[in-house]
Amino acid sequence: MRRGLGLLALACAVFGGALSHATVIEPEPVNDAAITAATLPKALSEFAFFQDGRAQHPAARVHPYALNTPLWSDGADKLRFIYLPEGTQLAADGEGLLRFPVGAAIIKTFAFGDGPDRRLIETRVLLHRADGWVALPYRWNAEQSDAALALTGGRIDLVTPAGAAISYAIPNKNQCKTCHSKDDAVIPIGPKARNLSLAWLAQMAADGALDRVPQGAGQLPDWAAHPSGPATPLARAYLDVNCAHCHQPGGGASNSGLDLRWEQDDRHALGIMKRPVAAGRGAGGHDFAILPGQPDASILAYRMASSEAGIAMPELGKASVDSDGVAVVRRWIAEMDAQ
Amino acid sequence: MRYSGLAAVLLASAPPLAAETHIIAPGDGAQERLQEALILAQPGDTIMLEAGRFALSDGLSLDVEGVTVRGAGMDATVLDFTGQQGAGEGLLVTSDNVTLRDFALENPKGDGIKSKGADMIVYYRIRVTWTGGPLATNGAYGIYPVESTGVLVESCEVSGASDAGIYVGQSRAITVRYNLAADNVAGIEIENSRDALVTHNLVTRNTGGILVFDLPGLPVMGGGNVDVINNTVVGNDTPNFAPPGNIVAGVRRGTGIMVMANDGVKIVANRLDRNPTAQVMVIAYPQPFDDPRYNPLPRDILIADNQFERGGDDPQIDGKDALLAAFGGALPPVLWDGLGDMPLGLAKFGRKVQALNLNLPKQGAGLGGARPEPLALPALVPTPPPPGAAVLPKPGAPTALEARLK
Repeated sequence: MRRGLGLLALACAVFGGALSHATVIEPEPVNDAAITAATLPKALSEFAFFQDGRAQHPAARVHPYALNTPLWSDGADKLRFIYLPEGTQLAADGEGLLRFPVGAAIIKTFAFGDGPDRRLIETRVLLHRADGWVALPYRWNAEQSDAALALTGGRIDLVTPAGAAISYAIPNKNQCKTCHSKDDAVIPIGPKARNLSLAWLAQMAADGALDRVPQGAGQLPDWAAHPSGPATPLARAYLDVNCAHCHQPGGGASNSGLDLRWEQDDRHALGIMKRPVAAGRGAGGHDFAILPGQPDASILAYRMASSEAGIAMPELGKASVDSDGVAVVRRWIAEMDAQ
Repeated sequence: MRYSGLAAVLLASAPPLAAETHIIAPGDGAQERLQEALILAQPGDTIMLEAGRFALSDGLSLDVEGVTVRGAGMDATVLDFTGQQGAGEGLLVTSDNVTLRDFALENPKGDGIKSKGADMIVYYRIRVTWTGGPLATNGAYGIYPVESTGVLVESCEVSGASDAGIYVGQSRAITVRYNLAADNVAGIEIENSRDALVTHNLVTRNTGGILVFDLPGLPVMGGGNVDVINNTVVGNDTPNFAPPGNIVAGVRRGTGIMVMANDGVKIVANRLDRNPTAQVMVIAYPQPFDDPRYNPLPRDILIADNQFERGGDDPQIDGKDALLAAFGGALPPVLWDGLGDMPLGLAKFGRKVQALNLNLPKQGAGLGGARPEPLALPALVPTPPPPGAAVLPKPGAPTALEARLK
């Protein structure tokens, strides 16, 4: 302790002159304690993930990333970041989720509007603490100067890029877990190697922020191809990213027996000729989750195309219908052979 | 010595940690205040809902172990979901050792209360009502524990569910007793579950009263060891209003107690009256299926000491008129499709239980090959279990759950 203080005093003596003349040289470091301590920070700014929150300019060691096929959330623009504490890196685990060191964070900001009209709505953070991940939602204020912890979520009236006037729902803390849980533990969903670009992974590895680029990385299709690309990989990627966090063994909808993961190849588990279990009026009068060749008679397409609570799927995180996603899934079902 | 004894008593009766009670009143901001309390509660805490009507716009959820949510009574504290905009149920519970008691939910858009993977849960004096009566647009399940071990549903009331009022799925160690299930498609349904006791319930005005089902293609199958004892199952004659596509949409109007597949179901000492299709129905899973883990046939079914009154006099089955004429105006109390083990029967004073055997030639082929004929169920002759036979657990919830009903 005494030695440390001595070194600090020496450093001050040596660099004192330079420091006194410097203005803003060193950006504010990310607040590691806010990530790892057993607290619920009240404001997003306490983490210091951003040099400029409104502009979403990240701080040092906060890495922007994108997904090949993203989760759809009422058409919101999403700005995604991964924070890695100094001296740590991500570890690849095959094509699956990257492994994050304790102290890491995943940050996702939801925005509507373009250019100067862009409005930040909410930022969701996943904090990797020693005893597991914690998911917290933050709601941006009207001045766009900061976002406040919104434990109970909230609703905001807005118009989506597709022109739908909706009551947009910010999830509450429990709802964060509803999607981000497997076998009752909170986990990240998005940053799986298979859904990240090879270029980004290679750059992260070159920067020392990732141990290696794994086999199977980048295999999910780029969603930009959705209007005319091959239906099967696009639809399977879409279902994996938008549905499979609940619809898999150990997920929130495990009791349905429906498993929509990318790696699932059992036709019944994927919903083909599978009868509903607890769908209620969500079945829409149809007998099967997927009836090959007949999207109009498939519960899966029916529920995706609804925005009504009790029918709509996903149950959380959407108040309007993703017509692009519905079109791809319908095309996949329409092209499907009965065997 | 006296002091340490007193300390031991105090410690034994003290809840874990310093349990707190959080009181939530209806009124402005009820959604946020109640949801915040559910999120911030610590294990052992109680959330008290004051009397009144809570107008809620979104589903609620609880993910903290050992919490009690308690209202001022199932008619006094009402969670009103008429204006619900999101989520698949009114209240979702995903933590263990939760007690829900003395409040009501009205008009949830999807299910009422769903508890998933929530072991050792108690539902006590909970009411779930769809106030418009039986409508296909109502939510599916009223009380919906699933994938749980240790479930007690007692003194609850559910009406209007477009699937099952009280539905226990893919669970074990279950007691459902002293409940009122009325005006649902299915009053009470035990599905893909084991070790369940369904007793002393009043089940009326549903399409089907009490269903014990085992379905293929689910993570948990092999339902059985279910006792349906001492229930009053009367006047279940509401036309089926389930949305098509769901398994219960196939339940015939006027079914009292129905067993589909399952291994080991005892239907004993129930009172059945005015169930116009069948007082008791025992059938195989009727659809084709592709799941080698699944047994579609009913096995080891006992129908004993039930009080059969009027019933089977307006059955919703093909060939109804000819059958009624053949049986003198009313079908016998038990309808069996002829697949799986022949149910065993035991009636009062040594009489046989009379049945209609549809004699279906095989599972999954529809009713086309039916050759209906009367059948007197063979009597149960008690025999000692063979040496080394596995001893089944006694059906019902762990007794520890009853201790919370104070």
